[in-house]
Amino acid sequence: MSVLAHLPAETPAQQTRRGHSRLLPYLLLLPGGLWLTVFFAVPAVQLAATSLYDPSGSLQEGYAMTWEFGNYADALSAYWPHFVRSLVYAGIATLLCLLLGYPLAYAIAQKATRFKNLMLVCVIAPFFTSFLVRTLAWKTILSDNGFVVGLLRDVGILGSDGRLLATSVAVVLGLTYNFLPFMVLPLYASLDRLDGRLLEAANDLYASPVRAFAKVTLPLSMPGVVAGTLLTFIPAAGDYINAELLGTPNQYMIGNVIDSAFLVRLDYPQAAALSFILMAIILAMVFVYVRRAGTDEVL
Amino acid sequence: MKLGRWLSDHWVMGAGVLVLAYLFLPIAVVVGLSFNEPSSRLSYDFNEFTLDNWTNPCGPGDMCDAVVRSVQIGFLATVVATALGTLMAFALVRHRFRGRGATNLLIFLPMATPEVVMGSSLLALFVAGGVPLGFWTVVIAHVMFCVSFVVVTVKARLSGLDGRLEEAAMDLYASELQTFRKVTLPLVFPGIVAAALLAFSLSFDDFIITNFNSGTTVTFPMYVWGAAQRGIPPQVNVIGTAMFLIALLLVLSTSVRRRRAA
Repeated sequence: MSVLAHLPAETPAQQTRRGHSRLLPYLLLLPGGLWLTVFFAVPAVQLAATSLYDPSGSLQEGYAMTWEFGNYADALSAYWPHFVRSLVYAGIATLLCLLLGYPLAYAIAQKATRFKNLMLVCVIAPFFTSFLVRTLAWKTILSDNGFVVGLLRDVGILGSDGRLLATSVAVVLGLTYNFLPFMVLPLYASLDRLDGRLLEAANDLYASPVRAFAKVTLPLSMPGVVAGTLLTFIPAAGDYINAELLGTPNQYMIGNVIDSAFLVRLDYPQAAALSFILMAIILAMVFVYVRRAGTDEVL
Repeated sequence: MKLGRWLSDHWVMGAGVLVLAYLFLPIAVVVGLSFNEPSSRLSYDFNEFTLDNWTNPCGPGDMCDAVVRSVQIGFLATVVATALGTLMAFALVRHRFRGRGATNLLIFLPMATPEVVMGSSLLALFVAGGVPLGFWTVVIAHVMFCVSFVVVTVKARLSGLDGRLEEAAMDLYASELQTFRKVTLPLVFPGIVAAALLAFSLSFDDFIITNFNSGTTVTFPMYVWGAAQRGIPPQVNVIGTAMFLIALLLVLSTSVRRRRAA
């Protein structure tokens, strides 16, 4: 994942060296490409079609294609709060990941000389235990009888019957925790390539450490920042595990709605419309963001 | 004065270590809870120390079946996804061909699509095609979302290779096949292994896409999800801890071997 931002462009020499067989690349691509086409691209197109079916049909009787664009309006008007909530939660979580992840990535890349590999292993270590089991562990940490809530109540940040579990705070905290490594790894990859002599040069030219950071380190790490925010925001916006386990229906995100539309309510046209709106919003945001950040290195 | 100096030198490291602690806190809790005797089925709090969970890890009926099934699915999905993805990476790095942009897009999109969308659209395909949901539909789905990550990982390793090594082999009259077997493959192999490990951990841990395409097949994450509604057996934390230790041992042993080789 970390490498997403840093794929060097192939040199023409590399490409032509074995370019004599015209058919070979297509043969190499065929099995994987076919798999992705049949099980990713075709379903995506079919989902688009499903979202325009007549919603009065059912799974048993089948759906009629009526180009029902009203499905989108219905889905939006019924569930816009969930869309807004998903984007807000994912946005805050991404920001927190950036604030927490940047110092960690910087420390690993630039300060942790001997302990670099150890610290990197520590960053990916959470992946080793199951995502769900770790999220459930947050239930213990944030529990009403737990140490954290007790401390916050004593200090007065929380009221005497205030709680963390089943609140938005718990959901955002869970999202931040679960996607932090996706932020740290690309940040690390770009900070690791930072030439220390540039900072020395800034220092020689009387830049304060803050100014050197703002003018040298940060701009040079932008590809990592962009890749990291995307890798955090996209899965966080579609996530529903944290909202389900750490929140209540009042914290439900759009993922919860899509999940139940498909698996509980069996309203395929609406579920498909919701999926497509989510995907469109995310792709639009990614596009604008990548444009703004001015790096085309991401893809 | 001295303290201030030390602080300004080391605050980044300090902040980094604190963030690492945040990442580790839930793991510590999982390890702790694996020794816990819960007061009731729905309680998540520490109650009493016990070794029962470790001596009887398969206590709750079908949990171990689910773990075994997850390993099987993970293994199959990893083998297929690694093979397909590695071939694609070779095509992308080593060859020039028409349709490169479209191929890159096809590989990138699955990584940029929320899992709910991928899982649900695949479900709609299986339902429309009358494919019975179960073990094999889960394997198909896992291969689908793992392939892109394999391509990206192997591609990174491959494009970082020094092409001159292969030219040297060719200059020394190695055939193309020999060059590939004796030079290219050994050099790319660490990338392939990393991709396979990534694919396995993605597959083993996946819940959202699996939930859509599994029918009545229960994987370990699905077992945990179901148990979270009914009351979670403490043995789930034993499995979590054991997975963590196994993965840690794997990583440490490879890094030790690499250091010895170096």
